[in-house]
Amino acid sequence: MSKANLLERRSVVSTLLAQRKDGIVVGGLGASTYDIAAAGDHDRNFYLWGAMGGAVMIGLGVALAQPELPVVVITGDGEMLMGMGSLATVGLQKPGNLTIIVLDNEVYGETGGQASHTANTADLVGIARACGISDARSIATMAEVEAFASAMQDVSSGPRFVSIKIDSANLERVLASRDGSFIVTRIRGALGFGPI
Amino acid sequence: MHARTDAPSETTAGWPEDIFAILQRFDVRQVPYVPDAGHSQLIDRVLGTPSMRAVPLTTEEEGVALLAGAWAGGQRGVLLMQSSGVGNCVNMLSLTQIFRLPFLTLVTMRGEWGEFNPWQVPMGSSTAGVFELSGIKVLRASHPQEVREVVEAAAGQAYNACTPTAVLLSQRLIGAKVFTK
Repeated sequence: MSKANLLERRSVVSTLLAQRKDGIVVGGLGASTYDIAAAGDHDRNFYLWGAMGGAVMIGLGVALAQPELPVVVITGDGEMLMGMGSLATVGLQKPGNLTIIVLDNEVYGETGGQASHTANTADLVGIARACGISDARSIATMAEVEAFASAMQDVSSGPRFVSIKIDSANLERVLASRDGSFIVTRIRGALGFGPI
Repeated sequence: MHARTDAPSETTAGWPEDIFAILQRFDVRQVPYVPDAGHSQLIDRVLGTPSMRAVPLTTEEEGVALLAGAWAGGQRGVLLMQSSGVGNCVNMLSLTQIFRLPFLTLVTMRGEWGEFNPWQVPMGSSTAGVFELSGIKVLRASHPQEVREVVEAAAGQAYNACTPTAVLLSQRLIGAKVFTK
């Protein structure tokens, strides 16, 4: 695919989240969290600023606890590569309400744009499918993004894995809250759970 | 041919049942684990209990992240692992402080008390120190009769006071692994 055809990450994420309703959204550290914040702050946004490799497992924990709610993990290729084993764990648990979206720009954008493994050899869609996530696919157009935004609201047909190739432009950061206690307490409050 | 049923000492210990009862009482719902022989009886109980979700992991750090998600979603969990897995968790343990998690982990110890395998000794020797440096309280049980009160205290402070806590289940309690040809 030529560079000109790659999708723009903020448009992708805002389109994905336009129909979110009461879903919970987990953002991997770095640009994915900024993208989610740019689409609009929300009580059910689970922003990560660290714990690289943990985004999918955090999503799985929420998904198992709240099986009636759509849970969407949006993360980058580098973060996903660090937590690749979690795809095997998700493949085994098969939570119907969990969707994993990798915004794949093939570089470590936060650290200077060094190439990631997906730039050459690693095929995350193939890995997800081989881990037992049968609904695993690549998306390359905004029309597919729009269709998928609707499909991922279904809490019975997951888990789903999507890789979306995006351009590697570093955009202005949109800073979400970085106070972990606040973020989790706010999500718990939105779900009806009070403080201890 | 009846090797398993002829080995009652491994399969009928009372303390794993004590732990299971405490987890039930505290309404623990998600139980991520990397298998260990010392946890096998407890894992079997969890797998047979519909109100608990056993989640086998590929590496222990996954369990720390899972429990953060579980807490956000309104459920309690406990991470079962052996001492060598604690080192695999180090960066992810920062979540216990960042989120002030009601984090509980039960760790079966290797690398002490008559250990045969030298490869278990370095991580077994630093297990308590790694937890302490990571801001996690460490309790230890070395005798069957003290497991109940130690795990109960750990669960109480973890779940009631959001004080991340690890219980080390001594190799003396479990018995040193026997290596035979």
